[in-house]
Amino acid sequence: MMIYILCFILFSIGLYGVLRKRNVIKIIIGLVVMDYAVNLFLILVGYRLKGRAPIFAKDQVILNMVDPLPQNLVLTAMVIGLVITALLAAIAIRIYEKYGTFDITKINKLKG
Amino acid sequence: MEIYLLLLFMIVAAIAAIEIKDMLSSVIALSTVGLGLCLAFLILKAPNLAIMQLVIELLCLILLIRATINKDLPLVRDGRWLFNTIASVLFIAVFLIFAYFALLELPRFGEPIMRVSQEYIARGLEKTGSANIVTAVALNFRSYDTLGEIAVLATAVIGILAVMRKTGRIHGK
Repeated sequence: MMIYILCFILFSIGLYGVLRKRNVIKIIIGLVVMDYAVNLFLILVGYRLKGRAPIFAKDQVILNMVDPLPQNLVLTAMVIGLVITALLAAIAIRIYEKYGTFDITKINKLKG
Repeated sequence: MEIYLLLLFMIVAAIAAIEIKDMLSSVIALSTVGLGLCLAFLILKAPNLAIMQLVIELLCLILLIRATINKDLPLVRDGRWLFNTIASVLFIAVFLIFAYFALLELPRFGEPIMRVSQEYIARGLEKTGSANIVTAVALNFRSYDTLGEIAVLATAVIGILAVMRKTGRIHGK
């Protein structure tokens, strides 16, 4: 229970960065932190105490494996998170080339 | 027990990444969070994800350094700074309270239900021949899902190329 709370605190740090920072790069960093926290939460839900990695060994019966399904979902979610970061970084580079600043309030004021 | 320390380390590094004024240090603090996550995956018995996380976090570091390098970033604070901060913190507090009551309904940490994945673990090896259950699920039981993921990747690459494209010769003149 306590560890879920810590994971949510990590998520809310990212949320604070997204809501409160005005620099585009800081907003991207906040989004990446949120992404990491969600991935970690899914893996924590599937963890079994004293479990083993979901890989079979030869001539050995393994009974206490951790849940492989959240790991599979997170494997997909991680790739999509990387893609989102890459797109946002590309857009940030273009914004800097066009407006000469990363500050979102200034970007609103400068038209054209 | 190590996982608690690792999570505290990640929280401290995330606060540093959000709050440091220098952009390069901030990006490097973010990659520290990613490294902590990689170790956490190893402790939580997910070696595939640990390898993947290492690669992804290196790529994130390269992308963000490319975006930030040699660019000065003056931080201004004006207007309704206090109001905005209080509103954000209140929103996050409400979110955390709701999350607490939702988390009470989950099974306790370390005792997952595993009703669906029992089938995959029991039959995975004989049906697919792959000793690694995660790859067996990704490449055999749910291969259309993986195909869709690759479609997402290709679309994103096209999008990045469209955003980063320089204008052609005809429009350039």
